[in-house]
Parts: sequence; structure tokens; C-alpha cells
Amino acid sequence: MDDRIDNKRRRFLTNVTAAAWAVGGTVAAFPFIRSMTPSERAKAAGAPVVIDISRLEPGQMVKEEWRGKPVWVIRRTDEMLQKLAGLGENLADPDSERSDQPVYAKNVHRSRQPEVLVLIGVCTHLGCSPTTNFAIGPASGLGDDWPGGFFCPCHGSKFDLSGRVYKNLPAPTNLVVPPYRFLNATLILVGEDDGGTA
Amino acid sequence: MIRVLNWIDERFPVRKFWNEHLAEYYAPKNFNFWYYFGSLAILVFVLQIATGIFLTMHYKPSSEHAFASVEYIMRDVPWGWLLRYMHAVGASAFFVVIYLHMFRGLLYGSHRAPRELVWLLGCIIYVLLMAESFMGYLLPWGNLSYWGAQVIISLFTAIPWVGDALAEWLRGDFVVSDATLNRFFAFHVALIPLVLTGLVIIHILALHAVGSNNPDGIEIKKHKNEEGIPKDGIPFHPYYTVKDLFGAAVFLILFLGVVFFAPELFGLFLERANFEPANLLQTPSDIVPLWYFTPFYSILRAVTYPLFGIDAKFWGVICMGASIALLFFLPWLDRSPVKSIRYRGWMYKTALTLFVISFVILGYLGLKHPQDTDLILFSNLVWAQIFSFVYFGFFVLMPWYTKWDKNKPEPDRVTFK
Repeated sequence: MDDRIDNKRRRFLTNVTAAAWAVGGTVAAFPFIRSMTPSERAKAAGAPVVIDISRLEPGQMVKEEWRGKPVWVIRRTDEMLQKLAGLGENLADPDSERSDQPVYAKNVHRSRQPEVLVLIGVCTHLGCSPTTNFAIGPASGLGDDWPGGFFCPCHGSKFDLSGRVYKNLPAPTNLVVPPYRFLNATLILVGEDDGGTA
Repeated sequence: MIRVLNWIDERFPVRKFWNEHLAEYYAPKNFNFWYYFGSLAILVFVLQIATGIFLTMHYKPSSEHAFASVEYIMRDVPWGWLLRYMHAVGASAFFVVIYLHMFRGLLYGSHRAPRELVWLLGCIIYVLLMAESFMGYLLPWGNLSYWGAQVIISLFTAIPWVGDALAEWLRGDFVVSDATLNRFFAFHVALIPLVLTGLVIIHILALHAVGSNNPDGIEIKKHKNEEGIPKDGIPFHPYYTVKDLFGAAVFLILFLGVVFFAPELFGLFLERANFEPANLLQTPSDIVPLWYFTPFYSILRAVTYPLFGIDAKFWGVICMGASIALLFFLPWLDRSPVKSIRYRGWMYKTALTLFVISFVILGYLGLKHPQDTDLILFSNLVWAQIFSFVYFGFFVLMPWYTKWDKNKPEPDRVTFK
């Protein structure tokens, strides 16, 4: 027997063993990492919800839950709608170019019917639910020229009554409009539109 | 007894271990008040683990039962209120102790060579501690728990391309839900404490390998006697074990004073909005993180302008991350030939003072609404922007002001002041 150590052979065997284990370890990590993604039950829980707006007065809002998120329906007054067009230059994305909404909501009122606004009530900054502040001017506490809208208590982002975000505030885009359609004059189905279920 | 010890020693070197780290670990003899906080951090860590284990015996990690099980602990479990309050106050106490421990490092240059690794390990421990407390805060499933988790996980969505998928993976759902609560429980009680325990041990072993710093910032190993023992060193046991046990007793008096008489500390340690269960439709109007996160939260909120065509949201998250990441670079940003504040010039003293002021004010502003005016002249947002610059200035300008500073000569041997 030769007592000398074949270093080349040792190094080769060490490297091959390490490489094989690195590959095996990476493969083994996959099921663990994947187990943390949303389960089949969580994926199935996204059924559309019906919201009844028959008793919703102009200037009021209802909140419902869809996919664990708050959905708002606001019936806007004519006065509220008239103010929307003039806000353009104060807004970060007045024409909703960079924002998330179905095509039928990519307009100044961001809705199918001008007066009925459907929004996901989650701030596009870090996911808080903004509060409503429909008071106008000094009474709102948000400045003398506040035309009414939404205010996020977490980081101070402001949105108009179409859910469009004001400039130079932390939220990057307008509030999201979910897919929805009218079942009749007073029932709205949220989570599904003519294009199918979202 | 001796025979038992001998028997063990032949199989596992307990005596060697005891001597290396306690009876024959020579620490500088001039430790002062600031040197209590290392051992106090260990004490709080042990308290958190002990109270935490007993809390898990009654707590239920499910979105349906979590809130009620915490109330059950508070009302029906014998002494449950004490365990829960000790654990909740303990979290805040941990950060008080850790912040003072880190400040000691900045005072006496404990982050400088040859202790860079000790500092880096400490920084990792600090970051993990933040994760630990954040995940623990979701467990009572109060309304602030819920929305706090929602905001922090949403921070990841600022990362381009992969952000949304990453946030989904962390939550295990499309919103913060039962799945999120369950995994946070697993991380909070198993994964992070396990890693923390290991890191704390390595932190101490790394310290003992190079030896402790001291308020003079000079190396006691330069002057050794014939036996190779530092002339300015004293054995950790019994000298500092006794000193630290005394400090621990004083700490426990203060700690239990809060636990018994003001466990919520006026909404600072346990926030009022968390006494109502999670409501998916309603963010609390006064949503603030716990006080120990508010300096970073202020920095996050201070960024309101887009830059290079990228959202302010992204830059806010980057700045917040950077404000913590910069701590890791401190040993290399500091170019001063001396370590201790005692021998540094006016520049470092001024910079450190401004840094502490900015940290405290950013922390205060983080508890307030950005558009209000709680200080003078400007809104909270503007002050947060100003002090964010001061905070970053401390780190970014450090290579220059530490180099230009007029230092005093260091003494040869340690002094008592």
C-alpha cells in the first residue's frame, strides 16, 4: 500500500460531494418554501360578493368584505362629481394611467355609473384602510381647499372622491377598482364582470 | 462533589469552560454604569423565553381564537396576567436595554477593531429582535396587530417585480389571515428564538476571544504581568458577576414596577387600539408602531417625493432599510485613531449628540400624525425630514469628521472617572 495522500483525488471527491449535496439541498428546500405559498383553500376563498345599495343615500358609503379586503360603495352627489374634473393638476395620476382598474373605470369618475363608486378600500402605499373625510374645507381638518375624499391614517396619503391620489404623498397610485357589474339597479356583484371572475 | 466534577471533566471540560468565560476571563477593572446592559439583555432574554413558554400553554394561534385566548390568559388563567404583562413589558424592556447597550458601543468605540465581528453579530441580533417583536405583536390578533402586520408586510411590495409575490409568500394568503398568524407563531416561538440563542452565544464567544473594551477605549492586553494576565484586568467571576447581579436586582425593581403599576405605560407598551379584536374593514385611526420602531417609521414616512421616475414608496422603504443597514458599516466608517468619547474631539461629541437627539425626535414624531404640528414652526413631516438628514449625516459624514477631529492623547493604563 502506498501511504501518500493523493491530494488531487481528495479535493476532487470533496468538491463532487459538496456539489451533489448543494444540488440535493436546493431541491429539498423547494417543498418547504412552496408550503408557505397560499393554500388551495385560500385560493378558493375568493368568491364574488353581492352588495345591496338600495338603501344607500347620496353622499353615503357602505363597506363589505371581499377576499378579506374592505370594498367600499359610495353613492356620490352631483356636487361631489362636479368637483372631480377640476382636481387634475393636484393629482399624481389624474387619468389613471398607472393605476389598477378595469377599462370601464378608467375615466374621471372611475366607475361604470358616474354616481356609484366601487373601490377596494386599501391604500396603495402600505395596505391600511383609509378613512372617509367627505367634509369640505376647514371642517375636514385637511386644509381649507379640501374638496372631500379619503385620508389614510397610517402615512397621510390623500385621495379624491374617485379614489385618485394627490401628488407628493407616499401612495404611488390611485385606489384599486375591483371588477364588478350591476345585477340590477340596486345590486352590485363585486369580483366578477363581463370578462368573467377576477 | 469534587469526584463527580472530576468524572465529568475527564469526559467534557466543564472546568475549562467555567475558567475561560468566568473565573479566568479578565475584564477591564474600570467598567462603569454603561456596562450593565449586556448582562441585563441576557436577563431579559431569559425572562422572555420563560414567560413565553408558559404563555404558549394557554394561547391559541388561530384567527378565530387568538384574541379570546389572550383575554382568557388575562382573566381566567391563575397568574396569567403576570405572565402576559411580563412578556409584553419585557419586549419593550428588551429594546430599552439593547438601545442603551448599543449607545455604550458608540460612546466607547466598542465597535472598533478588533471587535468588528462582535458589533456585526450584535447588529444581526438587533435585526432579528425586531423581527421577533414584530411577529409576536400579531399574535394577540388585536386591531393594531392586524393592521401593523398588514403595513409591514406591504413594505415588501415596494420591491420591483418580485414584491407582490414575496408579500404573498410571507402572508401565505392574499391578505393577513389565519395562515399568517399561524406562521408568525411558528417563527416567534421556535425559529427566531432558536437562532437568537445561537447568535447570543457566538456574540459572547467572539467578545471573549478578543476581550472586553472599556470606558477608556484602550487595550488592557498591552500590559500583562509575568503570568500573562492583563494588569488592568480582574476576573469576571466573582467581580463582575456580583456587580451584574446587583444591577439585575435594580433593573428588576424598575421592571416589575412597570409590570405591576403601569403595564401598558399609557399606551406606549400596549397600545389601546389592540384591546379590540382585528377588524378587516377598519384601520385604527391612530395607527402607530410600538415606540422602538418609530424612529425608522418616521424615516419611512419622511420620503414623499418620487426620484428617478420611481415612486416615493420605494425610496421610503429604501431609506428605512438603509437607516438600519448603516449600523453594520459603523466599524469601517469610523476613522478616528482613538475609540473612547473621553479622548475624542468636539466633532464626534457633537455628531453623537445630534444623532441621539435625531433618534429621539424621530421616535417621538413616529407616534404623531405627519400633517400635525406637535413641535414648533413646521409640521411633523418637515421635522421628520430634517432629522432624517441629521440621522443619515451621522453615518455618511463619519469618515471625514472622525478623521479631522482634534483628539486628546489616550492614557497608557485604564483610569477611573
